[in-house]
Amino acid sequence: MAVNFLISIVMKAIYILWLRQLKRYLRSKSRTIGSLGQPVLFLVALGFGFGPIFEKAGAGNYLEFLAPGVIAMSVLFSAMFFGIELIWDRQFGFLKETLVAPVSRLSIMTGRTLGGATVAAAQGVIVFILSLLIGFRPERWDMLPLAFVFLLFISLIFSALGTAIASLLEDMHGFQLIMNFLIMPTFFLSGALFPLAEAPRALTLIAKFNPLTYGVDGLRSALTGIGQFTFSHDLVILLLVVICFFSLGSYFFHKIQA
Amino acid sequence: MLTITHLVKKFGDLTAVDDITFEVPDHSIFAFLGPNGAGKSTTIKMLTTLLHPTSGQMTIAGIDPVKHPAQARKNFGIVFQDPSLDDELTAYENMEFHGVLYGVEKKLRRARIEELLNVVELWDRRGDLVKHFSGGMKRRLEIARGLLHHPKVLFLDEPTIGLDPQTRNHIWEYVKEINRQEGITVFFTTHYMEEADRVAQAIAVIDHGKIIEQGTSEEIKAKTKTTSLEDAFIALTGNELRAEKGTAIDQLRMRRRAWGGR
Repeated sequence: MAVNFLISIVMKAIYILWLRQLKRYLRSKSRTIGSLGQPVLFLVALGFGFGPIFEKAGAGNYLEFLAPGVIAMSVLFSAMFFGIELIWDRQFGFLKETLVAPVSRLSIMTGRTLGGATVAAAQGVIVFILSLLIGFRPERWDMLPLAFVFLLFISLIFSALGTAIASLLEDMHGFQLIMNFLIMPTFFLSGALFPLAEAPRALTLIAKFNPLTYGVDGLRSALTGIGQFTFSHDLVILLLVVICFFSLGSYFFHKIQA
Repeated sequence: MLTITHLVKKFGDLTAVDDITFEVPDHSIFAFLGPNGAGKSTTIKMLTTLLHPTSGQMTIAGIDPVKHPAQARKNFGIVFQDPSLDDELTAYENMEFHGVLYGVEKKLRRARIEELLNVVELWDRRGDLVKHFSGGMKRRLEIARGLLHHPKVLFLDEPTIGLDPQTRNHIWEYVKEINRQEGITVFFTTHYMEEADRVAQAIAVIDHGKIIEQGTSEEIKAKTKTTSLEDAFIALTGNELRAEKGTAIDQLRMRRRAWGGR
């Protein structure tokens, strides 16, 4: 009985934090639309720009190759951003309100991370639909649920990572640093834009330690049938990374003092 | 209800709270007074598990907030000195969020939200986003939110700052009411001495991180040979102005204001 009661309190706390993230997302339409500009630009400019060269090199349709990468990119950016939004909450005081509440930090962190991940996954789905309009065609429609699983993994991983990093930062001054030294390299060195198989060894080595590599690979395999690793290989690694980043995020979040 | 024993908090070279010891009796209304930068908010932050003390002990309703933060949090509520609302949510949603997080059962939550939003005269504006509220309205909402769950101890850190006398009156009447009816201990800070004089049953004055006087308003006035608490306060803490160092947060707030929101 008491255990049930406790679980229901924890679930409610997670739910209300999740709901808050969602409401904020739905209300910031300019931000939502603004964040779709970049992926569309990537799809159009790179997809059509590099398309002919890619085709001449005998590698097939570049848009087919690129679209999963750009979907992953939009999820990565959104998830990191919504994780890092924690800094705003700290700056503008709302974080304190949650930190003194009689719920565990773990449930606060969980609710936030799930909220951020949900929103990031929604962004990914929107970019997927936009890519269909631009000309992308998935190989097998019945693989879409699996693609969505990979989308969720990418969302969760980077939402948790964003929260972990934001827990360590006092203000937004470090944001450029994170953008240029973490988010951008994560994106560019993940195989989102070019096939890793043909890349120089140093690059492929770095990509091996990049969790997004496996997210992009899984997503691409599910959507287009072209992949470097097997589904189970991608999934196992992603699962381990989720657990790892989530624990890291919880640990740092637990240490916050206001 | 609260015991504070040899509590110290240092930030680098600065000693914000310097070995303070005092007690707040059960069911009392207690005023914690001091000039800007005296250490009031730092003390409240330590009591409310937001900061770890450098040394010393505290208990809230018998629970040590350092060793058992989660349990301690069940026993107190707080209205912060700085804003802590979510601008992107409505007034009602801010209340609802707080109620759910504090485990206030649904029926009671709904009833209390309506009651409190009426006390602070925001019931008609409940569906508006907080970012469209004036400073005073935000402050009122924050107080209403802090009173939503009825804890054993309620911390109010300069709750009535920037509010008109009518609203201040309303709020203090409500606070006195819940203190009387439910025996909630109230621990508050303020710069309005007449508020402390009127509401508080016991007072402690802190300056430069040290408790320099405690007792009832009458006792403090008698000791300082003054006729009002305001005069007594000035006699105790001197005439010079206090500078508070602007933090990174203040600077960012300014920048945010300059940019008109986000």
